[in-house]
This record gives sequence, structure tokens and C-alpha cells, in this order.
Amino acid sequence: MNNELKQSGEIVRTKSDKIVEVKNVTKVFDGITVVDDVNLSIRRGEFITLLGPSGCGKTTLLRMIAGFETPTSGKIFLEHRDVTSLPPHKRSINTVFQKYALFPHLNVFKNIAFGLKLKKLPNGFKTDKRGEFVLDRSGEKIELTRKFTKDEIEEKVKRALKLVGLEAYGHRDVTSLSGGQQQRVAIARALVCEPKVLLLDEPLGALDLKMRKDMQIELKDMHKNLGITFIYVTHDQEEALTMSDNVVVINSGAIQQYGSPKKIYDEPSNAFVADFIGESNILSGVMKSDFNVNFCGTDFKCLDKGFEKNEKVDLVIRPEDIGISAGGKGQLAGTVTQSIFKGTYYEMNVDAGEYEFTVQNTTEFKAGSSVRLTVNPDGIHIMKKLLTANEYKTELDGENSVKIGGGSFEFVNSEGLEKGDKVTARIDFDKVELTDDESDGTVGGNVVQTLYKGSYYQVQVYTDDDDYIYVDTADEWDLNDRVGILIKPEHIFVARREEETDDESVSDEGGVLSAEEETAATVDSDKEEAKEIES
Amino acid sequence: MRTKKYLGRAFIYLMLALIYLPILVLIVYSFTATKTIGGEWSGFTFSLYAQVFSDSEMMGAVGNSLIVALTSSLLATVIGTLAAVGIYYTRTKWYKMLLNVTSQVTMVNADIVTGVSFMMLFLVFGMIPKGYLTLIISHTMITVPYVIMNVMPRLSQLNPNLYEAGLDLGAGPVRTFLTVLLPQLIPSMISGFALAFTLSLDDFVVTKFVNGDVSTISTYLYNKIAKKGVMPELRALSTLIFVAILAVLVAVNVSAYRRRKKSAKL
Repeated sequence: MNNELKQSGEIVRTKSDKIVEVKNVTKVFDGITVVDDVNLSIRRGEFITLLGPSGCGKTTLLRMIAGFETPTSGKIFLEHRDVTSLPPHKRSINTVFQKYALFPHLNVFKNIAFGLKLKKLPNGFKTDKRGEFVLDRSGEKIELTRKFTKDEIEEKVKRALKLVGLEAYGHRDVTSLSGGQQQRVAIARALVCEPKVLLLDEPLGALDLKMRKDMQIELKDMHKNLGITFIYVTHDQEEALTMSDNVVVINSGAIQQYGSPKKIYDEPSNAFVADFIGESNILSGVMKSDFNVNFCGTDFKCLDKGFEKNEKVDLVIRPEDIGISAGGKGQLAGTVTQSIFKGTYYEMNVDAGEYEFTVQNTTEFKAGSSVRLTVNPDGIHIMKKLLTANEYKTELDGENSVKIGGGSFEFVNSEGLEKGDKVTARIDFDKVELTDDESDGTVGGNVVQTLYKGSYYQVQVYTDDDDYIYVDTADEWDLNDRVGILIKPEHIFVARREEETDDESVSDEGGVLSAEEETAATVDSDKEEAKEIES
Repeated sequence: MRTKKYLGRAFIYLMLALIYLPILVLIVYSFTATKTIGGEWSGFTFSLYAQVFSDSEMMGAVGNSLIVALTSSLLATVIGTLAAVGIYYTRTKWYKMLLNVTSQVTMVNADIVTGVSFMMLFLVFGMIPKGYLTLIISHTMITVPYVIMNVMPRLSQLNPNLYEAGLDLGAGPVRTFLTVLLPQLIPSMISGFALAFTLSLDDFVVTKFVNGDVSTISTYLYNKIAKKGVMPELRALSTLIFVAILAVLVAVNVSAYRRRKKSAKL
């Protein structure tokens, strides 16, 4: 099977051989942007994983590559051919669905043979009686096609069944199989068509842990042996890191980072990626100078440079990169508040001043004991802060009130401003208050993201008017909670906005935010870096 | 405890008896030639049945009913299934809701309103003479919602990616519909067909407005009773209709039960 698939697929691995290209693709459902201007190239033979929390747009992106959805704007290329509006049955891409989607009225054998029976193969060119080629109007030879014969189909299906370890199951009814077996049939059904790209939409999501681990290894082996490009969608970061050549981290419809699993773990490009991938301590700090960062009131050496002097930054320290000792010359002093045995190591929470660190170590320090913490320069990874304050391009809807997130907020410095003036409103993250009861707030919204930053939570609230408001708060809020938003008048800074001359930072949708552009920039530079590293 | 259980049972049997007693009396009296039900039992005989089968007018009405019911319920099954699939896969939410509601209108609408509107429609399009064609059109239209109602739940039980899986493996939309979707829908189409068939068979109100000079069982009975009162042979005819519909019902239920048993075994 393996050899034959290889031959017929004619896999040639070259570095620049892009099989799938996604260019500026945006998808809007009912006014909600699910995929936001995504650019992505996938090399032939690569195992790439789209990783993100549920609802981040990763499945929609996959479905656009498969052809089940058409992008609202942007283009998708398959082997340099524009397939943006090509229906799925004309793309040489096959999909393994999350819930298998086997045909219940057909047995295992017929399920797998379904695609083969439809496949058309090139079968020479049309000739006349004398054996000469018949030409069409433009003088081209006319291609003939044929279908697989019964024997060919039988042979191919048998090989596919062998590949997934279900040789004896051909005659079985698919409804009689276990979840894992059904998943194998679904994989065989897609692979037997010898697609150029295999899409896998959370294929292992419905399996139990043990089965999932086994299938991960099997899928990885199949990828290695067949040489087909795999695009894999999952929300399980461990799965993504174990299986993929490259990982694309997606959140809120935009690519947060692209890179090898190691790069994404070691050098997350922003706080979201750091929080989503693995355990991490995410803190706010200030760059004193190149290679020197200050947090917890202490200066630390680090390996990052290129930031402005005194620029506020996010930084991530992995729990295993923090040294812990009972005394000595550790940089930070703290108290252990909790210690949990995790099998091969202890996970301890350490209170160090205003921050709480998660530390992993093979030596246990009991709760209550005083310890010193050490962080080496290579254990600190500095990330640009996505935003330093909420900023809205909006207008005044009253003498001294401004429109934000669909509501009207009063502010103080109203001198020289009139109703209808176009303005920029700025609110610091820690000046926004959240209320349990939506009706207590000026506007309501949903909590869509929370990040623990050592001493406080950064909560992202999505208002009903399609704006984001970031809030730094000491309280923990649950995802998808409905909350009300309050801002004291003295904390809103309003400045008149001159007519549109800018083409930078703030987006022009009347709403937010410089975040998107910054993210995009990081992603681009990351891609460049990734390429350099590979070549 | 035990008496409670018996009381419950007794209640159910009483209810069933109340429902079926009139029909039972009818059936019993169809085997005797006495003038009125409840009248003197004049001995067991098939003579009423013989009269039914020898009455060419009555047999003509039965034939018409069967022709109309069979054609219209077949048409309704095809149209209703396609409609259900179309509505189910409609993406735009408000549009889907609109289609859902409008497709159910003839089901909840008063029959008399439906009947009058069909009559007026055929009047406006004067070239359609009242008869088989108008009967089949109107019966099809009033039974389509029942087919949709039967097929729709089955669609929502299906794996949401089934249709896409067909496309994904290289089958075009039409082929996917025929080879992937349709096989899953056949059981619900059969029960939809059976429901449409029985509804068409016993429809009177709409039929009366559009039948022209084609008489069906219901209009025939109505005319006869209006003129001559309840003739004894109508008891035999009613019994036959009841048994026929009962047979259809039993057949549909038995086949559904068998399928369930088969899939449970697998």
C-alpha cells in the first residue's frame, strides 16, 4: 500500500513546494467574523496542525480548504491553482470528520469503496480506427478516462483495511463497530482515494485517552509512510505538539503564531500562545534595557533585545525553568502555598511578593516553607504586549458622553468638545470595572478570554456591539459569563481625532484596536524566522 | 398498590372501549341485513358486502378514491422529501424559519378555508376543469406537510457531516443525495407516504370543493346519506375502509419494528 501510494502520489519534497496556500481569507457568518484575514502556506508532505480553543475559527478554516465553505473574501490555492470556488467533489482533498460520518446503510467494505467507484483515471487519448489520435477543435488530443475495475477496487480496499488494521471487518455493518474502529474506517475511506491533502477535523476527539494515544502514533506513522500532506485540527495542545511538523496557533479567527512545536513552546509570540501551550507563568514586566528586564521589583538578565527603553512587556517563564531552593542566593524570596505530587515531579505554588508562581521540581518543598526562586536568562521569554490600554475610535453622543461598545459613557474633560465630534477614547485596563449583574453596567458583554498574569487576571470582554474591552482585575471571571461594564468618568481620556490621515495602528471600523495589526506583524516576522531556521 | 394498578388498567380499557365500541358495533352489524343498527338481528349474512361489490356506482367511487390517494400521496412523498431536505439544509436562519412555517400552513389551516381557496384558484385558472387533476393537485398539497413532518426529524438525527462526506469522496450533489442521503430517509418516507395515503382517502371537505363530477368514497357517502339516509350497505363499505386503513397502519408499524430490531441486533 505504502509504496503504491507513494508512486501514484509522486511525492517530491522540496522546501518551497507549497501545496496549499491560503491568502487573505476572511469568513463572516451572520455578521460575525470567524476567520479574519488569514494567510498560510502549507508545504507538500507536511504535517501541520491548526490549534486553538473551540470557536476560534480553526474548523472553519479547514472547511474552506475542503470546499464546504466559501471564503467571504480572499483566495485558496491548491497546487498553485485557484480553488476558492471549486466544489469539494472536484478537489483532490479528502476529509476525516470528527464524528466519522460513515454511511450507515453500507458495510465497511462499501464505505471504503465509495470514493474509488467514482474516481476517474486517465486512460490514454481518443484514437480513430486507424489508430491515430483524434484532435479537438483547438488541436489538442482528447483525454479518455476509465473507472477502476471491480478487482482493482477490491484490492485497494483490502490494502486500506490492512493499513488501519481491520482486515477481517470488510463485511461488517459500520454501526456494529466501536468508536475507534469506526474512526479507522473513516481514515481508510479517505486515504484509499489517495488525496493530495488529507484533512483531519479533531479526528480523535471522541475516543478515550488510551485509544487516542495509540491512534496519535498510528496517524503519525501513516503520515511518515504515505507522504501525504496532513492538515490536522485540534484543541488539544499536547496532541498538536506531539504529532506535527508545524503548528498554527489560532485565536479569535486570527493566526497568533506559526512555527515548529518547539519554537511555539519555547518562544511563544504573545501571552495568549504562552497560556494556551503548556503550563506557564505569565507576568508583566518592564524592559530596562536590552537583555535586562524588571519584574517583581527585581532586575533579571534575559536573552531578548530590541524593545524600547522602559517598554511594558509580557513575559513567560515555564514552571520547569524556575529553580527552587530552601535558601542561598535565589533572586526572589517566597512562601510555598501548595504542593501537589504529579507523578514525576511536584507542582508547587509559590507566593513571591505580589506574584504567585507555579514551579515544577523533583524535590518537594512543603506548603508553608520559605524558599528562594532562581530564573536563568534562558528561562525568560519576553513578548510584546498586545495592547497597553483600551483605545476606541468613536464619537461623542452627548455634551460629555462618549460612545463605547454600544453604550454611552460619561467623561470629565469635555472642554472644547461637542456632540458628534470624532474622538479617540482611552481607558487603562485596570480602570474598567466588571459587575456580576449585566444590568448594573453601562453595557453588557461576554467574557471570551481570561489570562492569569501572576497577580491579576486579564479578562477580555466581547460587547454586544462587536467591540472588545480588556480588563485587569483581581477577581476571576468564568468564560462566557455575562457581565456588565462600568467605567468611572474620570478614567476615560477623550481626545479629538483629526480627520482620517492615518494608515497605521487603529483600525478604521469605528471600533478598536491596534491589537490585530500588531499580531499580524509578529506572525509575519515569525514566519520569516521559521523559514530562515529551516533553510 | 395492586388495586391502584388494576384501576389504571381498567381506565385504559374503558377508554379504548369508548373509542372502538362504535366501530365494533358497525362491524358486527355489517354482517346482518337489518335496516338500522340496534335493530333486530336478522341472522348472519354477507349480503351487504355482496351489495357493495355489485353497486357499480359505489365501486366507481372507491376506485376514484384509490386512484387519487395513490397518485397524490406518491407525489406528496417526492415533493415533501425534497422540500424537507431543502429546508433542513437552508443556511439563513430567518429564511429557514419562514420556509418551515409556510410549509406547515395547510396542515393547521381549517379544511374549509383550504377547500374554498383551491376552488377559487381553479376558477381563476379556468382552463383546469374540476376532476381528477384538481383532486390530485389539492390532495397532494394538503398532504405534503405531513411528509415533511415525517422526514424532517430523521434528517436532524443524521450525522451532520454525512452529505459533506459524500461530496468529499467525489460524488456530485445529486449523486450524494441519491446514494447517501436518500437511503437514510426511506423509512420515514414510507411512513410519510402511508399518512398521506390515509389522509387523502378520507378527506371530505377539500374534496367536496374541487371534485367536479368525480365522486370519491367520502362525497359518494355524503350524497347517498343526504338523499336516502344511512343505507345498510354503507355499514359494509365503512367496515372495508376501516380494515384497509388498519392494514396499512399495521404494515407500517410492523416494518418499523422489524427495522429497529435489526439495527438493535447489529
